[in-house]
Amino acid sequence: MDDKLRLDGNAAAGSLREIFSFEVTSTHYACGGCGRVDQIGAAMVYEVRGLGTIIRCPSCDNALVRLVHNRGRHWIDLRGLRYLQVEDVAG
Amino acid sequence: MAAQLRRTLWRLAEVIEVVPETPRTRSLLLEVPEWEGHKAGQHVDVRLTAEDGYQTQRSYSIASAPEDERLVLTVDHLDDGEVSPYLTDVLMAGDKLELRGPIGGYFTWEAADGGPLFLVGGGSGIAPLMAMIRHRAAADSDVPTRLLYSSRSYEEIIFREELETLASRDSALEVIHTLTRSTPEGWAGYDRRIDAEMLREVARSPDESPLAFVCDPTSFVEGVADALVRLGHVPARVKTERFGPTGG
Amino acid sequence: MGQGFFSRGFRGRRRSQDTALPPGQYLVDGFPVLSAGPTPRTPLEEWDFSIVGEIDEPKRWTWEEFRQLPSEEITKDIHCVTKWSKLGTRWEGVSIDTLLKGVETAAEYVTAFCDGDYTTNLPLEDLTGGKAWIAYSYDGESLEPEHGGPARLLVPHLYFWKSAKWVRGLQLTTYDVPGFWETLGYHNYGDPWREQRYWGD
Repeated sequence: MDDKLRLDGNAAAGSLREIFSFEVTSTHYACGGCGRVDQIGAAMVYEVRGLGTIIRCPSCDNALVRLVHNRGRHWIDLRGLRYLQVEDVAG
Repeated sequence: MAAQLRRTLWRLAEVIEVVPETPRTRSLLLEVPEWEGHKAGQHVDVRLTAEDGYQTQRSYSIASAPEDERLVLTVDHLDDGEVSPYLTDVLMAGDKLELRGPIGGYFTWEAADGGPLFLVGGGSGIAPLMAMIRHRAAADSDVPTRLLYSSRSYEEIIFREELETLASRDSALEVIHTLTRSTPEGWAGYDRRIDAEMLREVARSPDESPLAFVCDPTSFVEGVADALVRLGHVPARVKTERFGPTGG
Repeated sequence: MGQGFFSRGFRGRRRSQDTALPPGQYLVDGFPVLSAGPTPRTPLEEWDFSIVGEIDEPKRWTWEEFRQLPSEEITKDIHCVTKWSKLGTRWEGVSIDTLLKGVETAAEYVTAFCDGDYTTNLPLEDLTGGKAWIAYSYDGESLEPEHGGPARLLVPHLYFWKSAKWVRGLQLTTYDVPGFWETLGYHNYGDPWREQRYWGD
């Protein structure tokens, strides 16, 4: 079943950390497809080995984040998110 | 000029020692230059490069506590794996290993987060949970903690002796094993895969509002999480980490 | 790392280079499964295949109708952009020429659309002249869902991401509409022999 190919949002954390300056897996998102609000860490990650990383909403499978890294370039598609919510550094 | 990332996060760690834990598992003790520390539960990405430039990478949970001197990755040898046999059989002290991290803010625990803790692990999924248990000991925390740990056989229980020692010294730490393929003579413990029935008997009561961390290389992680929620645990306090084919 | 670092003793899961392969490819055993989303599970009673867009009368076949169309056995090499290749893979399916028989169109491009959100784009001429099929059988057996079953597009002369899994139809267009990977850094055309893997290659 697809279970084998699907991981927790944690699995994409390395690729995300390379690009964003904040900790993405504990960041909250709202899905542009169904409106679900959750942490990226709880979303479904499809590591398409060698091609890219696709993070999908666990409720509606909408592609929240699509990432590709090749030829020294990162490609980042965030259209599936309505927003990301990050808190200020404490203090 | 094209926009560029401000930094690359890959660095070269040195292998200090390769320690056998079980017949199929090795712990890699690493020295990482400029390591800024980590939280129990976080992982690193490891990248291997062949002489012709071919590269592949995998994620491994950090098994050491933030207080420990060396960074430790505990790797299970998968027969058809591309990366794990290299790490367990080829890598030796003095070799360099490219890694980036620590990574992850979702599946982490530090003593200040409190508890009680209910940890559920299968096979090499014990690694991030062991980091939490080791950190708890180093921080002298008395958070009530229960570990339910599934292994194929007695000989394949990773960290078995260390868990025994820690539990014998600390009445607030309980370790419950289940063996799924073979049991030694006189075994009185669980002898099957973790299921809803076992969780009902073993899990901490939802009235205690425990923090649950479930980690396993297979998809059974979701089944455990579902079962805990059906037993009354708050979904936001049940965190899962699953290693997929990227853990090969 | 850029400084020529390599992991002592690491070879990776590969075999020696074969000069019959496009540049940068290597042979694999097995048939790797790469998936960007959950595997669709459309029951055959609900499945259909359509040709829509720049066409006077859109065409549609149910599974039963589709299986009645003349089919062919196809033996071809396939090449994935992630560098693995398989030689002499055996398929059975319906030629796109058969599906487009009698169709007149001003379209120069095609978007293949699928269950799930996957799409890929190709020039129409890369689908015609015996170069492409809708395949429902691999290696003598029904195509498994994880490999794109019930049916997938098969375009062996381009990188295999163009052979869209779980295909449900072709949209004929006058504009080229980059698809799932083409909008995310992959080459718009994808010729393995010119190593057109990424945008800008």
